[in-house]
Amino acid sequence: MLFNIEVKISLKDGMLNPEATTIERSLELLGYTVSNVKTTDILKFQMEGEDRDEVREAVVDMCERLLCNPVIHNYKITVIPQDYACGCSDCE
Amino acid sequence: MKIGVIRFPGTNCDRDVAQAIELAGATPEFIWWSEEDLTDYDGIVIPGGFSYGDYLRAGAMASITPVIDGIKSLVKEEKPVLGICNGAQILGEIGLVPGVFITNEHPKFNCEWTPLKVTTNRTPFTKAFKKGDIIDIPIAHAEGRFYTDNIDLLKDQDQIVLQFAEKNPNGSMEAITGVCDESGLVCAMMPHPERAAEAILGSDDGLNFFKGFL
Repeated sequence: MLFNIEVKISLKDGMLNPEATTIERSLELLGYTVSNVKTTDILKFQMEGEDRDEVREAVVDMCERLLCNPVIHNYKITVIPQDYACGCSDCE
Repeated sequence: MKIGVIRFPGTNCDRDVAQAIELAGATPEFIWWSEEDLTDYDGIVIPGGFSYGDYLRAGAMASITPVIDGIKSLVKEEKPVLGICNGAQILGEIGLVPGVFITNEHPKFNCEWTPLKVTTNRTPFTKAFKKGDIIDIPIAHAEGRFYTDNIDLLKDQDQIVLQFAEKNPNGSMEAITGVCDESGLVCAMMPHPERAAEAILGSDDGLNFFKGFL
């Protein structure tokens, strides 16, 4: 079965994020007052597997071994079968 | 005395490091990332650069290449390993030294001479100095801000090697810019000692780091 996978990688709470700080300051230059800007990296890919649990386990392994650094990152994994459609715009 | 200089796609300080090793009195030899058997070498330098374009994170891709297994084997044999700049980031990613080197507090590429305090001289690379000595070596990085989630352990185990002495140009935790493993044989530093290996360059304080292999 083919699965669509999305991994969202973000800095742990409390970690200084210079990219987000710079974006916040630039928005202020445009006259917007915003706060608590955060940035997230999103990786999307497809993978064959027997079932969702098996695929998720492999993706957790990828995150721990390469995609994330556990000292500074949190990650969130979404695994959806390729033929799954609930009718929402995300599944189109 | 044969010292291996590791090359990844994107490494760019390899020849400067090789010259500094020669000046120190050892023989440098370049090693490609795909080599796994490093048993012939008496020590290793991972030089600076932008391995694999620093994609994902600085040092992340390099940390899973075959040569890393060879380096881990040498560490078990208690041979010295020095990671400089991108090499320091790689050693952090592997977990051979504690902590990580992440984007500077002000996301700017900093290239400047930096007075450094030698915090410990128990590593081979800093044994020529006295604890507390101030030395002059340049930095050149945009991602060198040291961070660890266990600073107390580093202090307890005397694993802080170098600290910025006058100002903290990247926002590193406690101005730390060089750390080592528990044994002191594996050392990671953001400043470039090879760029301060001859008086004609402005300082030769960096040469002592390479003499540490002898």
